[in-house]
Amino acid sequence: MSGNDVSARRPRVGGSDNLTGWALVSPAVVLIGVFGLLPVLMSLALSFQKSDLLSPETPWVGVENYRKLADDPVFAEAIKHTIVFTALFVPGTMLVGLLVAAAMNRSLRFISVYRTAAYVTMAVSTISEGIIFLWLTDRDYGLVNAALNAFGMPSQAFLASPSQALFVIVAMTIWGWTGFSVIVYLAALQGVPAELHEAAAIDGASAFTRFRTITVPMLGPANLFLVVWLTINALQLFDEVYVTTRGGPLRATTVIVYYLWDRAFVHFDAGYAAAMAYVLFVVIVVITALQFRLSRRYVHYS
Amino acid sequence: MTADLQATSAPPNGGLGDQEAPAVGRWLSWRLPFSPWHLVLVPLSFLLLVPLLWIVITSLETEGEANHFPPVLVPAHPRFANYADAWAAAPFGQFFLNSALVTLVVLLSNLIVCSLAGYAFARIRFLGRGALFVTLMATLMVPFQVTMIPVFLIVKWIGSNVWDGLGIDHIGALMLPNLATAFGIFFLRQFFLTIPVELEEAARVDGTSRIGVLFKIVLPLSLPALSTLAALTVLTSWNDFLWPLIVITSHDQMTIPLGLSYFQGAHRVRWPILMAANVMSLLPMLLVFVGAQRYFVQSVASTGLKG
Repeated sequence: MSGNDVSARRPRVGGSDNLTGWALVSPAVVLIGVFGLLPVLMSLALSFQKSDLLSPETPWVGVENYRKLADDPVFAEAIKHTIVFTALFVPGTMLVGLLVAAAMNRSLRFISVYRTAAYVTMAVSTISEGIIFLWLTDRDYGLVNAALNAFGMPSQAFLASPSQALFVIVAMTIWGWTGFSVIVYLAALQGVPAELHEAAAIDGASAFTRFRTITVPMLGPANLFLVVWLTINALQLFDEVYVTTRGGPLRATTVIVYYLWDRAFVHFDAGYAAAMAYVLFVVIVVITALQFRLSRRYVHYS
Repeated sequence: MTADLQATSAPPNGGLGDQEAPAVGRWLSWRLPFSPWHLVLVPLSFLLLVPLLWIVITSLETEGEANHFPPVLVPAHPRFANYADAWAAAPFGQFFLNSALVTLVVLLSNLIVCSLAGYAFARIRFLGRGALFVTLMATLMVPFQVTMIPVFLIVKWIGSNVWDGLGIDHIGALMLPNLATAFGIFFLRQFFLTIPVELEEAARVDGTSRIGVLFKIVLPLSLPALSTLAALTVLTSWNDFLWPLIVITSHDQMTIPLGLSYFQGAHRVRWPILMAANVMSLLPMLLVFVGAQRYFVQSVASTGLKG
């Protein structure tokens, strides 16, 4: 790199050196500039245009796309489905993660085997996960229906049912994120000082009281991280819907990003999809900011 | 902190310890040769693994056994030919090769590009550093859906004006937008900042160039951070679906998740063969994950808990 001879004359590590500095960051700047920053601006421009991704003509249409969006009943439905999904998926994943982590936060023989069983769902791709749950919840031959029947309950249509499909997607996505949330909670639980528990035990606090008054408050940062991270991911749900229901049956699982993809890459209405993407962007930024703001009151960093 | 997660012998310094097992458990442990917690953890682990175990079982059944209700839990004669049939029905070898190639290029590029930039941001004062850093980090907040349509157009343009190997429907298009990430730069910069600067100063006085210092001193000391970033990059790249779905249509350019999804569309109700394909698709990442579990665990914990 051209910066070497210049920097060799000033052998200070924290020193200033424009040429070397820019030479070292330039590959990253070019790559992130072209594929990360430029597209943000292009997308904004696109949301005020009409584009079919193919023809070079992309006439400006002003706020037309946004106005159409406001009146689009399918988009309204997609927002509703996304909210329902997020409202169930985020607390569900946190609860499962916390319970499993609490059970696995002890030194036992084979504990690493148990933990691996929990972590491993992280390695399963969303597509594999979707296919697994299609089969598990199959209306005619699925294992879940066999289990229901064994307990005297009737078989369900699950992913084939407009009233159940979204909930099945919630369940499979929670399973897929179990490894992630268990890792986060285990790390947090191991950060709880043992002395606090011992002191409280000496004072006669029961195990449950200690869990509620010592462990839970110490989990604040982990909770905040999971709420933010899981919400961001929940609002971007796509893969599981694509592979299991393609937004159906009767659009019951059409979530925002699925509808966006459908508009842009199935119906080639890219300007409209870009407007949708910007709405999603603003929503994610606002929700994240709100979560951080609220957390200031409840989260304590020791 | 996170290294503890692996240690079998780590003291249970949070939550409920063995001695606080429920009263019934305490009574049981009196006569059980093992901790009563195993009675909770064995079923729990089994429950979490049921989805994976079930597809392995189905992948060894005949179609008659799979299309039977209530389900056949143990196949009479395990039918391994399902795997051969799946392998013959779609170019899985090609899918694996494509996934491996994309992941390898993306991984190497991220490690190199993010190391260079992360080091510059950590150690070199240059004009515009602060503003540049903030600008790059701002991209972390942007969801992929916002950039994907323009990235599609940019890749299309590069394909027709620079080199078609990087354009639409080529695996180059899967690598190009992911060669560097703002997260990688941030993560490595934070780690580089923790390395004592004196080590580097000594080498600089001896006349080693900055690049020399980076490669001979800083990077060897950063292997834990590089491994963690590598684990995260491999997992993300290997399992990526939406972007490949958008840019790839030819079978010979597909990665595993996309190939599997295409295979599913073509063999929707042939469950044993579909599950054999699914098991094959899962295996490489599962093996890598279990083998390098420590780094995957660290990559999760480091994404957010440091903040």
